Amino acid sequence: MTASVHPRQDASAQYLLRVADTCLILGQRLSEWCGHAPIIEEDIALSNTALDLIGQARALLTHAGRSETGLSLDEDQLAFLREERHYLNVTLVELPRGDFAFTVLRNVMVATFLKLLWQRLARSSDAELAAIAGKAVKEARYHQQHAGDWVLRLADGTAESRQRTEAALAQLWRYTPELFEDDAVDEQAAASGLGPRWSELREDWLADMGQLLTEAQLSAPKDSAFRSTGKRGVHSEHLGHLLTEMQHLQRSFPGGVW
Amino acid sequence: MSTPEPSTEWPLWEVFVRSKAGLDHKHCGSLHAADAKLAIQLARDVYARRQEGISIWVVPSNQIVASDPGDKSSYFDPMEDKVYRHPTFYALPDALNHM
Repeated sequence: MTASVHPRQDASAQYLLRVADTCLILGQRLSEWCGHAPIIEEDIALSNTALDLIGQARALLTHAGRSETGLSLDEDQLAFLREERHYLNVTLVELPRGDFAFTVLRNVMVATFLKLLWQRLARSSDAELAAIAGKAVKEARYHQQHAGDWVLRLADGTAESRQRTEAALAQLWRYTPELFEDDAVDEQAAASGLGPRWSELREDWLADMGQLLTEAQLSAPKDSAFRSTGKRGVHSEHLGHLLTEMQHLQRSFPGGVW
Repeated sequence: MSTPEPSTEWPLWEVFVRSKAGLDHKHCGSLHAADAKLAIQLARDVYARRQEGISIWVVPSNQIVASDPGDKSSYFDPMEDKVYRHPTFYALPDALNHM
């Protein structure tokens, strides 16, 4: 076994890790579809999306792992050797992959959010983050379009595809408020110009999602008092299982490459 | 062409991709997709994910009219001994170096 690493705990590192881990964990979840998608064309499309997300996570983890003063950590150490509490992804992305309707609906929710976030991060005071965002926003736009088109087709498809889409919406919607809950990490990022408070993205996200749901003749469930807390490191029971699989190789064969 | 697709099978599409340096779209394969928009998206994911192209066409496969393989001997074999149809017998002026 390899000992766990401890990431920087300052606000800007946490801000970066929230974005990086949200990409990383959704990428890992989507990779579970490899070889299992309904048809081979969509299998490749989902794997492409997973690889885009993992690529974005790699760039951000490399950036977040650099330290002016203390010990620097590389992307692999951060991706594979942290404890669960040090992963700062939103809970939404760690939920089990579900069926295809669940997958494409979650993808469009996250892609819409990331597209809006990357657009703002492209103007970050942190030049490296701005460069990563400038590249990533193009990928997010495609992810949003592709997943959104699927949601439309499933909602307007057979009775079963519509029922599954409605069920997915009911399951997923309650995890979306977490995306827009601010805390001290957001305040400091806004103050330093690193990036926006995530609450600033809420209005545009609701507008994009609202347009899609209207077109799909779906309606957003009522807001509930439930708040998930993944981006503060307090996760659902699902993340531990995901990490066990994701970390296995690096824990068993430290530093292994291929 | 008049036989409807079975409802459980998505229609087949032929994919044409124009590469960065290429002038024309070249046929590169086929795929199944529910409709034209998804066919373009899936073509992008299947045939253009390694920088193969900058433009994609998709055409429903059942819209392509093909020559009959049974006609091959009468359609194409007669061309074998008609070298005079190649413009290789003209004496070119010296000024034309790049023909």
